[in-house]
Amino acid sequence: MTYENASAFAQTSGLLYFVGIFLAVILYAFWPRNRARFDAAAHLPLIED
Amino acid sequence: MAATPASKYMTEGEVGLSLALLTGAFLCALASARAVDAPFSVHMGVFALAAVAGIAAILKRYEGRSVEAPPQEIDGKPNYNIGPIKFTAVAAMAWGITGFLVGCIIAFQLWAPSLNLGLEYASFGRLRPLHTSAVIFAFGGNVLIGTSFYVVQRTCRARLAGELAPWFVVLGYNLFIVVAGTGYLMGVTQSKEYAEPEWYADLWLTVVWVAYLLVFLATLRKRTEPHIFVANWFYLAFIVTIAMLHIVNNLAMPVSFLGSKSYPMFAGVQDALIQWWYGHNAVGFFLTAGFLAIMYYFVPKRAERPIYSYRLSIIHFWALIFMYIWAGPHHLHYTALPDWAQTLGMTFSIMLWMPSWGGMINGLMTLSGAWDKLRTDPVLRFMVVSLAFYGMATFEGPMMSIKAVNSLSHYTDWTIGHVHSGALGWVAYISFGALYCLVPWLWNRREVYSLKLVEWHFWVSTLGIVLYITSMWVAGIMQGLMWRAYNALGFLEYSFVETVEAMQPYYLVRALGGVLFLIGGLIMAYNLVMTIAGKTAVESKPLPGGEVLPGTVGLAPAE
Repeated sequence: MTYENASAFAQTSGLLYFVGIFLAVILYAFWPRNRARFDAAAHLPLIED
Repeated sequence: MAATPASKYMTEGEVGLSLALLTGAFLCALASARAVDAPFSVHMGVFALAAVAGIAAILKRYEGRSVEAPPQEIDGKPNYNIGPIKFTAVAAMAWGITGFLVGCIIAFQLWAPSLNLGLEYASFGRLRPLHTSAVIFAFGGNVLIGTSFYVVQRTCRARLAGELAPWFVVLGYNLFIVVAGTGYLMGVTQSKEYAEPEWYADLWLTVVWVAYLLVFLATLRKRTEPHIFVANWFYLAFIVTIAMLHIVNNLAMPVSFLGSKSYPMFAGVQDALIQWWYGHNAVGFFLTAGFLAIMYYFVPKRAERPIYSYRLSIIHFWALIFMYIWAGPHHLHYTALPDWAQTLGMTFSIMLWMPSWGGMINGLMTLSGAWDKLRTDPVLRFMVVSLAFYGMATFEGPMMSIKAVNSLSHYTDWTIGHVHSGALGWVAYISFGALYCLVPWLWNRREVYSLKLVEWHFWVSTLGIVLYITSMWVAGIMQGLMWRAYNALGFLEYSFVETVEAMQPYYLVRALGGVLFLIGGLIMAYNLVMTIAGKTAVESKPLPGGEVLPGTVGLAPAE
């Protein structure tokens, strides 16, 4: 494997990997069904016992 | 019928840990007697004594404890384990003062080198790692371990996992600090920045850190709250990543298993890259992720407002941890490191600006609806100013990672100024804020001894930071410009010593800024000690509206 091959593979797969993870995180954060759970979690530090 | 029931036995953990400590004590005593160099002999002696003290502590605890293990819940509420957290709070105060003091000493040494008094133990090269380790690992580390144990219990609504294990983590970590710090004074170092301790101290820290990870994971596992709160994600990223970085960067072969000296497994540019992969992620995961966890719990708690956007906190977390890990090569611009690796480090550093500011905005906006508290609550002010410094440092850092800027800033005191705007302004201020919250909570006090003294601490140390970073900016940029100045004939305009001489006044200003910061730390220590002692300062001052400053009667009830 030449340097060019290796770097092309690393750059392309790295790009796809990071964009994929970022999209997955955005989807998870904005998924409508998660809204109530996250709103509750935002109040978690305020719960007293 | 006050007789102790006959059915009191030592638990498996108590027996096992005692036996392990006993074995350790023997081995260390043996190693101390047969050591090939004096510092190693001293350190093995310290380890042996610590092991014996550990056994004594286990036996004393056994004598005092009741037959059954402490209940997980009392009256349906989790029975939180706060003993180890109290220890870290006091240790953080003590180490903080030590670290700030040593920092002041070496700052004055830069101004007047003869202040090392000609003693090897007081030389700059030995005191400098003592300063950095004392403030980062001893002060910051105790704050992180203490707050993580507090936050994970509260947000999981479960008692900390294990009874001896949390104490092992807390005491073992502080033993590592003692061994590392005394080692620097005796000249023991593997010369890797922020990873100076030698192989035997590194091995000990690995054991302690794995125990820390296990306690944290086991507590998460027994949570009664279904959701894992975002602060716990940040703490977990901090613990896991530091374990990985510590192990890889410290792979080394001792010259003798009875001596302190070792050689790293990697050499040349590979060693440099691994060192700065470690070094920058010590900044990213120790000094950032861990303290962001503090932000996500303590800012909402103190402001009595929910997190501004929980969704943003999720994106903040994943973006931050996936990007930070690549930024290290920006420490090696214009070196033997391949050009593409330098560019990679620079690019990721610039991209990091976004998650960093996303987190800062999330923290600041948590105050929306409670901005008025900034006027009355100096503790909250510490935290908000820490976020402002975080924003400033995370803008300056990416800018300095740009190769063209770095060609001016690298190796100059601009870097020192940058690090301190992050360390003093962000890390220390969010820690002070957390300690001012945590100490009254842990010792069951309404509020700290005196909020007026918190005000004093705030203004004295803020003035100190301003003196520190502005003098270092001027000194660093001047230094960089002098290094690259050529005369008409193409020769260097200034000799090196001329650049040093030019910086002397700025070094004095910096040292004085450090003294102010130290004074602030002493004010805090006094205030917290009085809080623990249960004293209340008389400082009631009615406000125009008929309210009373929060110092006397505790915070006003939530509106």
